[in-house]
Amino acid sequence: MLLQGKRLVITGVLTDDSIAFHTARVAQEQGARVVLTGFGRARRLTERSAKRLPEPPDVYELDITSADDMAALVAALDERWGGVDGALHAIAYAPEDALGGRFLETPAESAGTAFLTSAFSYKTLAVGLLPLFRKAGGGALVTLDFDNSQAWPAYDWMGVAKSALQSVTRYLARDLGADGIRVNAVSAGPLGTVAAKSIPGFSVFQDVWGGRAPLGWDVADPEPVAKMAAVLLSDWATSTTGEIVHVDGGFHAIAAAPTE
Amino acid sequence: MERAEVEAKLTDLLVDELGLDRDKITMEATFEEDLEVDSLGVVELLMALEDNFGVAIPDEEAERITTVGEAVTVVMEKLG
Repeated sequence: MLLQGKRLVITGVLTDDSIAFHTARVAQEQGARVVLTGFGRARRLTERSAKRLPEPPDVYELDITSADDMAALVAALDERWGGVDGALHAIAYAPEDALGGRFLETPAESAGTAFLTSAFSYKTLAVGLLPLFRKAGGGALVTLDFDNSQAWPAYDWMGVAKSALQSVTRYLARDLGADGIRVNAVSAGPLGTVAAKSIPGFSVFQDVWGGRAPLGWDVADPEPVAKMAAVLLSDWATSTTGEIVHVDGGFHAIAAAPTE
Repeated sequence: MERAEVEAKLTDLLVDELGLDRDKITMEATFEEDLEVDSLGVVELLMALEDNFGVAIPDEEAERITTVGEAVTVVMEKLG
């Protein structure tokens, strides 16, 4: 199996619609051992969703901005597994005034929060887990991106944060390569997750996607994204790092649909 | 399951699992305004309904739920 024996940390499982949920599911089906992390109130949702996985995994507290949480997680995983082979970063947040078409009015603090939570946190997760990756002799990190190479309606400072996340992916790949750690991103097409529903004007993405993507696109099917995340976490991608892999039906390659 | 039974079970789960105030829960109470359930709370509510009643509630039907009574109705429909 693709991920036989791999020890994986999966962040960002909110509901059974979450991309992270399906990544955890596919990983378990492919032989991985999985733990989840959850944060604050949302952790109650993570706990509920964990019970819907093939093998309900343990859920650890992780506020990505808390050094104490990270230290506790690392200590627990060190005792449990003695190393970690892979992690999924599925962490993003932007304050309400950083999204939804008020780009010119967004205060610096809100844009900063979007950056810290959604992009800088990839570095925090990587560096936090580094001792466990070293014990495993290397590993793989995957984050969830939405391609912001062009400006979108409403996405605003979340989009800027996603551009930063792509860049963080490349710099982490540069600095962690010597430890045998690969750092990649999956750039997904729009999916009807809790996170997506909280983006005002999300339906605009949905409306254009299916017609332009040569392969079509199903906003209700996170499995293609989950499978790619699994591949990047596996030993089938051992020379791939610093890469942004699109799982978007091919949308990014096409400037306009014939009928658009 | 009788309607009264669903109402009682739903009230219990709102108190025990979502931490809502039992005194404020009536069938006419709205989740958003009267019970001050935010968007994350609504997601938790839907998962709690699915877990406790063994039903699946698709998004289109979830959107119909604004009051406690409407949640009872949707669950009743799902239970058949």
